[in-house]
Amino acid sequence: MKEFVMVYRAEPMGEIKLTPEGNMVVSKEWENWMGGIAAQNKLVSPGMRLGNEGRVIKPGNLVTNGPYAEIKEIVGGLSIFKADSIEEATEWAKTCPILNAGGNVEVRDIIQMNG
Amino acid sequence: MQEKELIPYLYRTEFRKITAVLCRLFGIEHITIAEDIVGDTFLLAAETWGLKGVPANPAAWLYVVAKNKTRDFLKRNAIFNEKVSPEVQYSAEESHEIEVDLSATNINDSQLQMMFAICYPGIPPESQIGLSLRILCSFSIDEIADAFLTNKETINKRMYRAKEKLKQDKVKIEMPPDSEIGKRIKNVLTTLYLLFNEGYYSSNRNTVLTKDLCLEAMRLTHMLTENQNTDKPEVNALLALMCFHASRFDARIDKNGELILYEDQDISLWNNELIKQGEYYLNRAAHGEVLSRYHLEAAIAYWHTAERDSPQKWEKVLSLYNRLLMVEYSPIAALNRTYALAKVYGNETAIAEAEKLALDHSHLYHILLGELYSDIDKSKAIEHFTVASKLTKTTADRKVIRKKIEKLKH
Repeated sequence: MKEFVMVYRAEPMGEIKLTPEGNMVVSKEWENWMGGIAAQNKLVSPGMRLGNEGRVIKPGNLVTNGPYAEIKEIVGGLSIFKADSIEEATEWAKTCPILNAGGNVEVRDIIQMNG
Repeated sequence: MQEKELIPYLYRTEFRKITAVLCRLFGIEHITIAEDIVGDTFLLAAETWGLKGVPANPAAWLYVVAKNKTRDFLKRNAIFNEKVSPEVQYSAEESHEIEVDLSATNINDSQLQMMFAICYPGIPPESQIGLSLRILCSFSIDEIADAFLTNKETINKRMYRAKEKLKQDKVKIEMPPDSEIGKRIKNVLTTLYLLFNEGYYSSNRNTVLTKDLCLEAMRLTHMLTENQNTDKPEVNALLALMCFHASRFDARIDKNGELILYEDQDISLWNNELIKQGEYYLNRAAHGEVLSRYHLEAAIAYWHTAERDSPQKWEKVLSLYNRLLMVEYSPIAALNRTYALAKVYGNETAIAEAEKLALDHSHLYHILLGELYSDIDKSKAIEHFTVASKLTKTTADRKVIRKKIEKLKH
């Protein structure tokens, strides 16, 4: 079994208006989605949500205030799963709630770094 | 109390106390010597009290005799003296009199320290439970064998190997430093959790014995909440979980010792006192940053005592199982999550999710599918219950399953 990371991309949360109600609905969706994969013992780590603060550092001591101005799809979070193949992981990604929120998900295989 | 009842009673309450103190005095490599000295003390009590009558303060009598036997042993046994821990040697040289401190404080400290020593991940869980029952709960080898549904020889061998391993790995009988308690207490809680489950989910028909296992697990967990170093949120969460489960002791077994399923239990038999205690410890658990599996499991157990069936309850329970699975996978949590999913989103949705679980070898998996199919496809339901009946190892389960099949056929 191999490990895969799912990278969730969407517009920054700050720009999406969310009622406390709406927020709850989203989190329940996510919880059920991730819980379903965890119930198959295929979740390695629920991972993390990334906040809205960001800096991008480029050569020549160039620091910008995050990539928000340039692209609409920023990384909002990531999780790690284990699957027999990237096809299996892709099937899960197809039901990821981020797709209902106008975002997308990228599935990548993980190569462990030792030491 | 009559002498006949008094000695077993004192054995249950005092054996563990004196043994823990002596173990700490001698070091982990001499657990058996400690057990033997305390065992001899009780033998002498049985002989003497039968002839001369019970002393005014029987526990104090036991302490004096155990102290004397320890001193005699240390003086007599030259080999032991050479190898004995420097601490004992030191005090022996200092005062020419070995101090066996059987004060309440030292008894308590020794038991806590033994708990950390025994719940050592280097020995298998069943050995940790066995040693805990022996050293921390005063169970006899026969009782432990009964609890594990095996024989004395197996338990003796298991104990021997475990003690050898503790000795080999030089496990210390001491309180871990504050900085490490958070990590080390995980092992202790795992063992106490397993000890409780051993009693609660046992297929053993001896209900007195299995209830005892649960009560002992609760007593030891309670001890941890009473010490300020070990009174952690997750300890309180585990104790809350145990209280909620234990509140259903009397409702879950019928007069013939047979299991009554949750749905069929008489709510008036649930123990409100224990439910209240559970709520108390769950509140105490609700601080700090750690959200342990015990917090989540206690919250689930809370919902099961608060309401039997309501949409609100099942939404909460499903959410808690989702989070529990994200913290730690277990087949039982996966199955229970699927059951909660059915309660919230319907059986069809749950069946689709259940079939992804890859737990075909588990009788509980087939019981779940049998339940989920009961209203949709009776023949499929019967099929699953029949497989479950073949897979289960206990007659109690088989009886419950057979009843379900009978019901579906009518």
